[in-house]
Amino acid sequence: MAASGCRGVRSILWKYGSCAKNLYVSRSKMVPQLPLRQISVASSLWKKNLAAAGPQKFTQEFIDKQLEEFEVGKRHLANMMGEDPETFTQEDIDRSIAYLFPSGLFEKRARPVMKHPEEIFPKQTAIQWDAEGRPFHFLFYTGKQSYYSLLHDVYEKILAIERHQDKMRNKGLFASDTKQILLTGSRWLLKEEIEENLVENISDQDYLRLIQLMEKLLSMPYCSLEEEFILKFRKQLEVQSSKYQIPALQYDPQGVAFSVADGRRKTAKASITLRDSGSGNITINGRNYLHYFPVLQNREQLMFPLLFVGMMGRFDIEGSVEGSGHSAQAGALRLAISRALLSFVSEGEVEKMRQAGLLTADPRIRERKKPGQEGARKKFTWKKR
Amino acid sequence: MMKRSLHVCNKTRDIISATEKILNFPLTQPDYFHLSELFTIKDLFEARVHLGHKKGCRHRLMEPYLFGSRLDTDIIDLEQTAEHLQRALNFTAHVAYRGGIILFVSRRRQFGHLIETTARECGEYAHTRYWKGGLLTNASIQYSPGVRLPDLILFFSTLNNVFQQHVGIRDAAKMNIPTMGIVDSNCNPSLITYPVPGNDDTPVAMEMYCRLFKMTINRAKDKRRQMELLKGISASV
Repeated sequence: MAASGCRGVRSILWKYGSCAKNLYVSRSKMVPQLPLRQISVASSLWKKNLAAAGPQKFTQEFIDKQLEEFEVGKRHLANMMGEDPETFTQEDIDRSIAYLFPSGLFEKRARPVMKHPEEIFPKQTAIQWDAEGRPFHFLFYTGKQSYYSLLHDVYEKILAIERHQDKMRNKGLFASDTKQILLTGSRWLLKEEIEENLVENISDQDYLRLIQLMEKLLSMPYCSLEEEFILKFRKQLEVQSSKYQIPALQYDPQGVAFSVADGRRKTAKASITLRDSGSGNITINGRNYLHYFPVLQNREQLMFPLLFVGMMGRFDIEGSVEGSGHSAQAGALRLAISRALLSFVSEGEVEKMRQAGLLTADPRIRERKKPGQEGARKKFTWKKR
Repeated sequence: MMKRSLHVCNKTRDIISATEKILNFPLTQPDYFHLSELFTIKDLFEARVHLGHKKGCRHRLMEPYLFGSRLDTDIIDLEQTAEHLQRALNFTAHVAYRGGIILFVSRRRQFGHLIETTARECGEYAHTRYWKGGLLTNASIQYSPGVRLPDLILFFSTLNNVFQQHVGIRDAAKMNIPTMGIVDSNCNPSLITYPVPGNDDTPVAMEMYCRLFKMTINRAKDKRRQMELLKGISASV
């Protein structure tokens, strides 16, 4: 250390030799007078701040080496298992590894695994500048190059449409009732989806700004020129048909009309077959309803839909129900009967039934028990002290 | 053996001296890229570069650059502007010739798109958005460790959206990065290496500045490519 220091000093003096001849120091005077430095032995100085290092980074050559080893290892494994190395797929690898290294561990991710390095090592962002250090993207120094580049492009399109509008106005062909883009049934992409597309993190204000710009683009009369571009940022919503479809009226070989419908309440599931030209017999799970439902309230629940539409003695009901308790089963059956009745009843009656609450599925389910409490709502005994 | 190594030494020495010549020769000439033919004082006048802000907005340190005021509006001295602009363009050209990274900065929303387009067409870089605190001073953490910082920063407007001095001027001074700034009569020219007193509010003036800088940078890069080609030809000969 001291010797190299001397050499350094001498090299500097050599360069300025012509003007610094007086300063030339002879060898004998080159004894270094450097103070002895105490090297601290505190272990806290040796410990690296692991949290500050961030996620572990792998060099490209390391990953290439891993890839090579994987390919070679795959062929060895195929030979070991006596299979053809050329047609050895990932599933075969998994099977072989599970056979050669049987593991009793429950956690699947802790078991031995042999996978392509792409799946094991997290993807590193590629270096964003060339050999001379010049970044590839012209907005690199902003920090969010993809997002700002997107804003730049959208603004460019707005300007292009304005120029087009001016041209049309000059020619006298300006028409404000041009083709508009259909936006019904779609929504703007969410912030997370845009982050995925841009491979960058953006803040809420950034997202709002982007949506504002897109709205501005949409507000212009000739926005249909950029329809394709705008639709890239819209996601189609799935069409939700909340209306319940009336079950079709079917006819059995004897010509008797019948309809089938389902109903649910809590965890009870019921299925009903409503047969016309009957005499009011109700059979549930093969038994008469009097035997299946000893409680009057449950039998009333079954009868209520028929009573409401005034077709008490007309139908034969055949039902199957499972799950939950007697009350819930009765409720499920009631809903199923009401739904089956829809195919025998007129439109006005359907509306009346809906208003009576016969067609609404009861959404109430059992509330979960919370920790620190006796049940869903009941608390432990409260002690003042 | 010795002769061959001597021959090799000579060849590398020739290459080194050719590269040195390419890099050092332009520095010996006052106007190597002939930038004085790009603009005249009349062009500056027609682009309304001489119009400053009102007397009340005047910055004390801008007084040397002002010609005077007419009806309370400050008039910038175009002869001084021309001199400063020539110096700034010359410096930019030399930086571009030596392959330096040039960053175009402005916080005016009116001209942000124009400046970004100009930067893209030159092959250089732009930053007309919100300036994050540690961009220059904390670069190895904000970007990746081996990042290269800009070698020259061009401020097309030295003020930000709240009429305070742009943070980039101070940061560039901290990081020893030379700056060029179009300083209007309400700006502070002290920390800027190559101030150019002029109007930064009119579209005509901004378009002119963008055009001038684009032309200088393109000219310098073309010249460099030309010299490299010539060197390649002479080396192969």
